[in-house]
Amino acid sequence: MTQLDGIVKPKTKRSKRFLEGRAPKLTEDVKTAMIMKGGNSSLTVTQALKDIYSLKKPNAVLYKKKNITRPFEDSTSLEFFSKKSDCSLFLFGSHNKKRPNNLVFGRLFDFHVLDMIEVGIEKFVSLSEIKTSKCPEGTKPMLVFAGEAFDTDNEHKRLKSLFIDFFRGPAVTAVRLAGLEHVLHFTALEGKIYMRSYRSLLKKSGCRTPRIELEEIGPSFDLVLRRTHLASDDLFKLSHRRPKTLKIRKKKNISRDAFGTKLGRVHMQKQDLSKLQTRKMKGLRKRRGPKVAEDPDAQAPKVAKVEG
Amino acid sequence: MAACSVEELLAKAEQDEAEKLKSITVKKELDLEFDIGNLLASDKNRLESRDFREQKKEDFLRSLARDNTQLLINEIWKQPTERVDEAIVTKLPDTVTPLPREKPPPKPRPPTKWEEFARLKGIQNKKNTNLVWDENAKDWRRRWGYKRAKDDTKEWLIEVPVTADPNEDQFAKRATAKKERVAKNEFNRLKNIARAQKVKLPGVGLTPVAQQCKEDLVRAVSVARTSTASVGRFQDRLPKEKPPKNTGKKRKFEPLIGNFSTEKQKQLDLLNLMNGKKPKLDINKAVDNQIREEKREEAAARYKKGAGKKGRRGNMPGKGGKGKGGQTGKSGGGKGSKFGGQGGKSGGQGGKRRGKLGKH
Repeated sequence: MTQLDGIVKPKTKRSKRFLEGRAPKLTEDVKTAMIMKGGNSSLTVTQALKDIYSLKKPNAVLYKKKNITRPFEDSTSLEFFSKKSDCSLFLFGSHNKKRPNNLVFGRLFDFHVLDMIEVGIEKFVSLSEIKTSKCPEGTKPMLVFAGEAFDTDNEHKRLKSLFIDFFRGPAVTAVRLAGLEHVLHFTALEGKIYMRSYRSLLKKSGCRTPRIELEEIGPSFDLVLRRTHLASDDLFKLSHRRPKTLKIRKKKNISRDAFGTKLGRVHMQKQDLSKLQTRKMKGLRKRRGPKVAEDPDAQAPKVAKVEG
Repeated sequence: MAACSVEELLAKAEQDEAEKLKSITVKKELDLEFDIGNLLASDKNRLESRDFREQKKEDFLRSLARDNTQLLINEIWKQPTERVDEAIVTKLPDTVTPLPREKPPPKPRPPTKWEEFARLKGIQNKKNTNLVWDENAKDWRRRWGYKRAKDDTKEWLIEVPVTADPNEDQFAKRATAKKERVAKNEFNRLKNIARAQKVKLPGVGLTPVAQQCKEDLVRAVSVARTSTASVGRFQDRLPKEKPPKNTGKKRKFEPLIGNFSTEKQKQLDLLNLMNGKKPKLDINKAVDNQIREEKREEAAARYKKGAGKKGRRGNMPGKGGKGKGGQTGKSGGGKGSKFGGQGGKSGGQGGKRRGKLGKH
């Protein structure tokens, strides 16, 4: 009984805090990504991994050593790593003859692989090749998806969801307008996916909203879809389930009309007009009735109260 | 003349406005879909692959990105803004795009045995004050812990009760009693954890008791007999000894070829059982449930009534209101040790029992 499976009792306050940080929460922290390369990788893949790491930086872990695994064949080692570093997103890069310059984007739910999508790099321009001033690290990017494939094709749909999950950064309630600098643009066209990263320059337009000019900062990828491993509908649904306490319950009897005016519905009892206080006059003053008649009335509710 | 100039002026102003807007308006066949909470836009328009081939690829992509970003920025700028420390900040609405969670939502802790029992009986936590009046010290002291009121651990002399053995060490007695209480509480805590995790508990086995009854002895003999390397296979029996209890069943198989009619009957029975899909009513269970429900209601009613009459019972005058909360957890724990250990036989073996458990 002292060795119960899966029950880790922290021995110190510090380890207790650590375990609490890793335990499931109602509102979750930012998803962190682990970025690793396989047994063989090319210069392109290594550089691509580094660049994506720099895009994702505060919320990512870059694995420096080779990890000889094949995510599509056996994902247990990935799951192990995710448990170690508490990451739920991963990016795996490898290079071989059959699948040159290979990247696997994936995410995990409850430390089990949910989706994996494999893409091949056709063309790659790294961050350092383009000599312009870059965005500061940790900028929340604006994400734009173009192309109808992202809405029609099932795999593209899932890829879009995965990319949003991967690149969206921390969930925030407010942003500084001047800090909206980074744009990630994904275009699905002719069976390829073009990922471009731009710095946005806010120019004066004469009105409040600025005019946007874009400047490419890299990295830029031309990707082709390869193998995919999509979660089953059940698991996918399960992973989307929101806890009850987080759901906003609708307040009753409050509505808004087309102009945004708040309307309330009030339910009233029927008014007893006999007890309505009208103008007080000497002539209408109540006569004192006989006391006997009042007494039982006064007692009756008292009895009821005790019973209740 | 004057009227004309006014019109001209108006027209000019309109044109200016239009020109100003021109730089930030983008025409698209289908409107983009936005999720401002994620700073996300998705463009569902059909992309002309002819344009893509004719133009330079990078330029095409950049102009597409510019247009889309402009639309997204226009949408973001519509959100309410605020000034925080020299910076203009936009409030973002909640996200719309459903994304999977990282881990499943946390589950509530299952109730402990004591909590279940308290619910059944309608017992609710009373709030005790933290400070108690100490007659000896003439001071308000904490109920528990360092420098507590009525501290019985610091006594230098204990009166030997009339009924007690005069040679017994009363200090040691107290110390062991305390140790056993602690051990028992720990044991119950572990049992609660095991119950919560739905782990099957190993049997507690034999526990040393002051006076062993006959059943205990029989059990002890059978345990001792099976505690050999061959699980008691070659142990001799005493003459006239009863066969050991709780030794487990031996599997028995029907002969491969034998009575066909019984086999047929068995199969038919099974089929009948499967066909008649009536839920089996366990009368005992149902009655138990009913009784339990009634008890619970009764207890709840009693509690309500009691609360109405008595109000809060504080045994301290004056400073009753101080030191709220704080105490509840402790008092719960204490009671847990009192009632929660219904599974265990008596508190006396807590420590030793724990020692044994490691081997299981």
